[in-house]
Amino acid sequence: MSNAPAIVAAQEPTVRARVALLELVRTHRKVAAAILLVVFLFLIAILSPVISPHDPLAVNADNSYLPPLSPGHVLGTDELGRDLLSRVLWGSRVSLPVAFVAVAVGLLGGGLIGLVSGYAGGIADLLLMRLVDALLAFPGLILAIAVVAALGPGLRNAMIAIGIVAIPVYARLVRAVVLQLKQLDFVVATRSLGATPLRIILRHLIPNMLNPVIVQVSLSAGFAILAEATLSFLGLGAQLPTPDWGQMINSGASFLSNDPWLAIVPGTAISITVYSFNLLGDSLRDALDPRLRS
Amino acid sequence: MTVYILRRLLLMLPVAFLVTVGVFLVIHLSPGDPALIILGEDRSPQAIAQIHQELGLDKPLYVQYVIWLGHIVRGDWGRSITTHQPVAIAITERLPATFELGVTALAWSLLVAIPLGTIAAVRRGSVADQLASGVTVAGVSIPNFFIGIVLIFVLSVSLRLFPFGGYVPFFQDPLESLHHVALPAIALGTAGAAINMRFTRSSMIEVLSHDYIRTAWAKGASWRRVVFVHALKNALIPVVTIVGLQIGGIIEGAVVTETVFTWPGVGRLAVESIFNRDYTVVQGIVLLAAFSYMSANLLVDLVYAWLDPRISYA
Repeated sequence: MSNAPAIVAAQEPTVRARVALLELVRTHRKVAAAILLVVFLFLIAILSPVISPHDPLAVNADNSYLPPLSPGHVLGTDELGRDLLSRVLWGSRVSLPVAFVAVAVGLLGGGLIGLVSGYAGGIADLLLMRLVDALLAFPGLILAIAVVAALGPGLRNAMIAIGIVAIPVYARLVRAVVLQLKQLDFVVATRSLGATPLRIILRHLIPNMLNPVIVQVSLSAGFAILAEATLSFLGLGAQLPTPDWGQMINSGASFLSNDPWLAIVPGTAISITVYSFNLLGDSLRDALDPRLRS
Repeated sequence: MTVYILRRLLLMLPVAFLVTVGVFLVIHLSPGDPALIILGEDRSPQAIAQIHQELGLDKPLYVQYVIWLGHIVRGDWGRSITTHQPVAIAITERLPATFELGVTALAWSLLVAIPLGTIAAVRRGSVADQLASGVTVAGVSIPNFFIGIVLIFVLSVSLRLFPFGGYVPFFQDPLESLHHVALPAIALGTAGAAINMRFTRSSMIEVLSHDYIRTAWAKGASWRRVVFVHALKNALIPVVTIVGLQIGGIIEGAVVTETVFTWPGVGRLAVESIFNRDYTVVQGIVLLAAFSYMSANLLVDLVYAWLDPRISYA
């Protein structure tokens, strides 16, 4: 019985968060549309082994260069006779996990730097922020290319490179929020009650920075998908025969004069996916930022 | 202002140091021995050791860094491992093509962004504004290499209105040069146009709500005068920031666009060098990209402080 209030208290924020999310979706149609789009993309990625009409790697030389709307191949086939629809559907299983890992690398690395830098201040802040400044001194894609050039081309290295590019963005964002929050009365009060820094960070700072971080996560997921496609297009990301959108555009570009759909289909897939995440980030920012709410 | 400039320059020093360390380490700690790339099949231990000695690879890492930095500062950026051409010359030869592409792309982006951003702000909430906001998100979502491929297919392959690639220096034949650079510049500048349009719109909306604009309206000034003379000039101050950064990022955007259009610039050199494992050239280009980006950042801050006197120099 003595645990009951604690359990209720622990459940309360979860219920509140669910209500807040429902309220957000109900009042902001753009957010609802963007969430639907992103959920749809994730469903495609999860279900592609089931919904793909063909094996994305199955080569059939007799069926090469079939145009879209051919019998059995809705989006046509590529130079090796592989079904384009199946390859595009399976391509989402490359792009979305890359975005997930890259954002996780950026969020964890950058978030930790931002928390320590903002909360500790002093020399730690000074040193960490110079490191962040140095990372920011590289244009994003150039940094990713340099890292991939050093580690060697491949999907795993591309993920790490894109994640590293995201680190300074999160570090600056989290630091700025921490600096703002730690001045507020409730944090000062909690500290004067004797709460440890870890408790203040975990219980009070992190929950209160979720809004800007969520907005940044969806925007950087869009960036990550775009960057992965770019690296793969350049031949530095996913390698053959992985069905990857960027790499499909790269090989499709060689057949542009006769078979333009080979590049246009995967290009449209990338654009829709990145658009969905950018729309989500944008609409969430509009919905969650109190200054823009009016 | 002088103190502000000096302070900004001083703050740049540790960052510049870290950037050079980063570039040095990224390339030097990468797998693969440059000696093996240079020697090809002839890989006797003596030959490898000799190359290591020539390149200074037998020395401790920090010594190698100091020697390398000394060379960089003196303008000696090493030699290409594959072509043996000095890296500084290889880059300088390719810079005009990249610069021309970058400047045309920027001009295109501003030509689109400023009028559309202004219209969207003046008619806030209208269909035009909604459309502009949709186009903005689309502009940053479509990969520039895909825009390039679609442009090549529609305007070059199908309609034959523009040539595919082929760089003609501007001073050799300005018209022909513009004809060749148009498609790559549109592909490269579209994302920038979307970003600049968003900045112009939000900045214009803010400026239009100021008292002095209300005064201008009250004095009976025409909307053209209010928008273009009174508002636009001040609204463009934040746009200067983002445009400055875009100038600094020209090399970054060029990497992909130049590959699509086989444009003989620095970006394509970077990609070719990565595949040839020509690390000295990659190192030079990354360093150049980082320093032009940092310098653009610095310049933007200075221009911003000069344009907007409210910014504190302290």
